[in-house]
Amino acid sequence: MSDSTPTFSRRGFLQAVGGVALAGATGAGLAACGSNTGRSGGAGALQQWYHQYGEQGTQQAALKFAKAYKDATVNVVWTPGDYGAKLASGLLSSSAPDVFESQLNIEYVKAGQVAPLDDIFASVKGDFNEADIKLNTYEGKIYGIKMIDDPQLLYYRKSMLQKAGVQPPTTFDELTAAVKKLSTGKVKGAYFGSQNFIDGSRIQPYFAAMGVPVITEDHKSNVLDPAVIASFVKLREFYTSGGVLQSAPTEWTDPSAFIQELVAIQWTGLWALPQIQKTFGDDFGVIPIPALGPKGKQVVYNGGWTQFVNAKSKNLDAAKKFVKWLWIDQTQYQEEWSLNYGFHIPPRPSVAAKATKLQSGQAAEVVKIAKQFGAGDNIAFTPKIGTALSDAGNKILRSGADPKAALTVADGIVQSELKRLFG
Amino acid sequence: MSDAQTTSAVPAARSADRKTSAPSRKRRVRGATGAFWLFVGPFLLGLVIFIYVPIGWSLVLSFFRAQNTVAPDVFVGVKNYVDMLTDSAFLSSLWTFTLFAIFIVPTTYLFALALAVLINRARFARTFFRSVIFIPAACSYVVGALVWKLSIFNGVRFGLANTILATFGIEPIAWVAATGDIPWYWPVIITLRLWLQVGFYMILLLAGLQQIPNNLYEAAYVDGAKQGWQTFIHVTLPGLRATSVAVLILLLINAYQAFDEFYNLLGNVPYARPPLVYLYYTALGTAQDYGHGSAGALILALIIAVVTLLQARVLGFGRAN
Repeated sequence: MSDSTPTFSRRGFLQAVGGVALAGATGAGLAACGSNTGRSGGAGALQQWYHQYGEQGTQQAALKFAKAYKDATVNVVWTPGDYGAKLASGLLSSSAPDVFESQLNIEYVKAGQVAPLDDIFASVKGDFNEADIKLNTYEGKIYGIKMIDDPQLLYYRKSMLQKAGVQPPTTFDELTAAVKKLSTGKVKGAYFGSQNFIDGSRIQPYFAAMGVPVITEDHKSNVLDPAVIASFVKLREFYTSGGVLQSAPTEWTDPSAFIQELVAIQWTGLWALPQIQKTFGDDFGVIPIPALGPKGKQVVYNGGWTQFVNAKSKNLDAAKKFVKWLWIDQTQYQEEWSLNYGFHIPPRPSVAAKATKLQSGQAAEVVKIAKQFGAGDNIAFTPKIGTALSDAGNKILRSGADPKAALTVADGIVQSELKRLFG
Repeated sequence: MSDAQTTSAVPAARSADRKTSAPSRKRRVRGATGAFWLFVGPFLLGLVIFIYVPIGWSLVLSFFRAQNTVAPDVFVGVKNYVDMLTDSAFLSSLWTFTLFAIFIVPTTYLFALALAVLINRARFARTFFRSVIFIPAACSYVVGALVWKLSIFNGVRFGLANTILATFGIEPIAWVAATGDIPWYWPVIITLRLWLQVGFYMILLLAGLQQIPNNLYEAAYVDGAKQGWQTFIHVTLPGLRATSVAVLILLLINAYQAFDEFYNLLGNVPYARPPLVYLYYTALGTAQDYGHGSAGALILALIIAVVTLLQARVLGFGRAN
């Protein structure tokens, strides 16, 4: 019987499947030709990339801003995980973002990945923090519009310090003594991060606290400055004092270790302030990162996020127009982005002046010390420099390697990077 | 009637088939070739597009300065190779991984073998134990790493490992972030890898054990061998030779590919950083130095190929028993 019904021989079956697939593909192709792609005004839809903000409501806000823009369709891409790596490879692909947030790095400019924004920025140049403009300027051109300023500093529990008879520390020597005193059975003195507590992003704040920038104004390496070597010895003393919580389930960007009372002092940012305030009310204070080593000075490290336009975007003009609309014209959205979800300082003094949430309590104190002790990134600090110094830092702090030897290796890499960038 | 006609038509067709003429044979050959390409083609295409083209492009990139671009124009000759071979961080990552492989390959093999032998001799609940030990093999390395890092070895006093230590009066250990002379991150990495891998290799070895004919054991007993160690050494191990060689080669290749748990547990640290993690941070992370990254990747690929070939040769992979 089976012989008599060879309706689906293997070849026939494959032909049939192939035919169906071909018909489907043709159908889909025709459908695509006729469908409404949602694009308007001839400009293609703009792709706008964000990293995943930790605060509740940020993603909805980003979508709301995009939807409110009428001159083009804006697709928001919300990126969890390693945003830096995804963005770097995304910028090389054909589906690159037209508009993205990041921090300016010389490589972006040299590879032609960010467009100069002087034309849309000129009218508001006077209404941006000078440091934020300097941070986004290379060879006289401005490449990014700062969206939020995120000061990094130390939070401490007033009651715990009082009980231990400890004053808020202003130097690392005082900090090391304080964490030893504050460390009792269940509570440790301080938490500065765990997975890689001296990674690339931590190096620049430490060097700022040493009073020695990694790279000088004339593009030379400062890594072997005697003050740097002496400071790493102090840092090793701090980390091995027994008063530091060296590992916790959440990283330093999250205030959980502080909120769960695992520590009395934590390094984190202004963004965490609402959560901390909600938990402890008035029982907490903020201080700058203490001065480190012989040339040290107190520092509030100014991180944050900046908006860029992809210079290779097919919709360059539309992208610039959108960025101008959102981050220059729509001041109410800028205020909302800075203050409605976590706390950040608006980079524009005119917007910051209206921010009542930053005008009282510890938030006002953060704004004050950020102004007084502020320090920021250097755009010549490449990821390779970060890895080299992080390697040296880890060897010194964790394994007790000789600071001079470890830093000499790093200095070689820093010098070769600077030579590559500036000749 | 029509039925009868149909049935009679089939043998007629078959007899015609039997007398195949030259052109129809050609057609069948062409048909077979077509079918071959139809089945192999899509996979070959995928292999070429996703494996061979990137490898080829990597080779090209490794001779260029390719910073933040995959279409470079500055030819630098073998400079990238020289840089990588004199880069102390890259060399130390090769060394780290060699130490890791030397330790993890025999350890996993011994654990898997011990479990396989135990389960093979189990009198009851054999399927239960086999499943329980195998299940972790289905877990992703990333998920495993997160469980290990956030729950078991999280370094705070209420982490599982530290809670157990506390019952013996031992102070909490910071595990992956500890300072000091003892590399506490190794127990974290090794236990994770064993948990994830042992089950799979145990199944392979168990299958091998069940292939050993029972009469070999009986013959050994007749010759006076004692049950236990003696038969294990002289009957079980030689009987497992082919399986063991395959398992050891698979384990070594797996050790070379170490990335997920190191990346997720430790990140970019100078110790316990296998070459793939270092190359990731060189080429694919934010650094985007594809020239040096590609050169490093090709050096690593060459080392893997040579070591695997040597191992296969020494262990006699594929040699008849």
